[in-house]
Amino acid sequence: MAKRSNEPFLWALFSSGGMIAALLIPVLLLLYGLAFPLGWLSPPGYQRTLALVSHPVTRLVLFGLCSLPLFHWAHRFRFTLYDGLQIKHLNEVITALCYGGAVVGTALAGYILWNLP
Amino acid sequence: MAETIILEVARYRPEQETEPTFQSFEVPCRRDWVVLDALNEIKDKQDGSLSYRWSCRMGVCGSCGMMVNGEPKLTCATFLTHYLPGPVRVEPLRYFPVVRDLVVEMTDFMVKLRSIKPWIIREAETPPPADEYLQTPGQLDSYKQFSMCINCLLCYAACPVFGLDEHFIGPAAIALAQRYNKDSRDQGAGERLAILSQHEGIWGCTFVGECSKACPKQVDPAGAIQQYKLSAVKEWFKSVLLPWGGKEGSGA
Amino acid sequence: MKPTPAYTLYHPKWYRRPVSTYWWSRQRSHFKFILRELSSIFVAYFVVLTLLYLRALGRGPESYTAFEEWLSRPLVIALNGVSLLFVLLHTITWFNLTPRALPVRVRGKRVADWLIAAPNYVAWLAISAGIAWLVLGG
Repeated sequence: MAKRSNEPFLWALFSSGGMIAALLIPVLLLLYGLAFPLGWLSPPGYQRTLALVSHPVTRLVLFGLCSLPLFHWAHRFRFTLYDGLQIKHLNEVITALCYGGAVVGTALAGYILWNLP
Repeated sequence: MAETIILEVARYRPEQETEPTFQSFEVPCRRDWVVLDALNEIKDKQDGSLSYRWSCRMGVCGSCGMMVNGEPKLTCATFLTHYLPGPVRVEPLRYFPVVRDLVVEMTDFMVKLRSIKPWIIREAETPPPADEYLQTPGQLDSYKQFSMCINCLLCYAACPVFGLDEHFIGPAAIALAQRYNKDSRDQGAGERLAILSQHEGIWGCTFVGECSKACPKQVDPAGAIQQYKLSAVKEWFKSVLLPWGGKEGSGA
Repeated sequence: MKPTPAYTLYHPKWYRRPVSTYWWSRQRSHFKFILRELSSIFVAYFVVLTLLYLRALGRGPESYTAFEEWLSRPLVIALNGVSLLFVLLHTITWFNLTPRALPVRVRGKRVADWLIAAPNYVAWLAISAGIAWLVLGG
């Protein structure tokens, strides 16, 4: 009897990360990556940004934004390496690096968001 | 309208060569001919040693799948005039071992198909059942699309994941598993989950989507696989959060 | 029967064509698929960018201004531009594929794919507008 695989859980992480990334990232990247640096729109500034981020709901959303999309990347990139570079025989190393990286990112996100003034 | 068209047909005769080669044939290009007609013309009149599978010649048996100009096609449903002026390259189905010329070895698929238990599984009764099973048109509709599969293996030839990993169960097998899982008469979803939820079962699928494009019967195996992934996730959470489990736990 | 043959007089020697490492470049559809998969790298890049931004924010106004200046460098802007394209590719392919995984039946007939994808797009536009409003000083 095959033992219960954890792939369904990893796929669930991938799926939710993908949905969050799809919904939230484009507008944020457009604003902070292009519009503000290029001067198309005026950025909110230090004080106002701090005020925005101080709200607990904002921090929760930011935590989700910084965590689940990383697991989305981890899962998708793992299979891209399997199929694209045909290095499936290194699957233990790949799995450790990908999901390990996502876990590290999640921990960093939690630490940074917790310690914001 | 051209009179003739060239076919470049893959030949592989293991008793005399170690690798496939191509042989060119010139055949009449009739307006109503399909590639299978051209192959039959070659075998009848030009080279009787050409080996290939075919049967119904009308797209329901699934025997005549081959690569035509690099795409998996049923040769009985692919018109020659579509490829004018030619040449038309005919090769055996991709990602399968070639036995001879255009004939591939499909036992691997048969093993995988049997492993997902493509039959109605009932928990209590021993066959035959006492009464007929009742099923509404709505219930039929929920699995009918997946039941249209003719096992032609074009989806396997289109799937790069199957090409890279022979352990991947593959589009048709998963679609057929769904055909039974979604059948209201079936009670075997739990049994099939154990096979399908393994690492090599369905999780290698990255939704490339080529299988559904290649399918001549619009079965949409890619859709079936994604739907199955969702139900596998539900089962996983149920088995983790409710380990005392219901009737259809993930391991029977 | 395990499909690995030994060659005998009565058993054919099967030919297995090896799959090229560049299989994804040989067909247009495969290439588009690989681009879609590579978009996940830019998603991860955005998360890293966000973490760096939040860290700069937490360290005070000088480090925040320094980070804003770093964001204005032409190379960074170019990278962000490319990332935006890939992230949009992710969003569009994601919403277009969702209906295949979630078939909805209403009164026995299956709802068309675009009708399931459309609410995703609407939600995306609404959420984006909401975020922009929040950030720009609503």
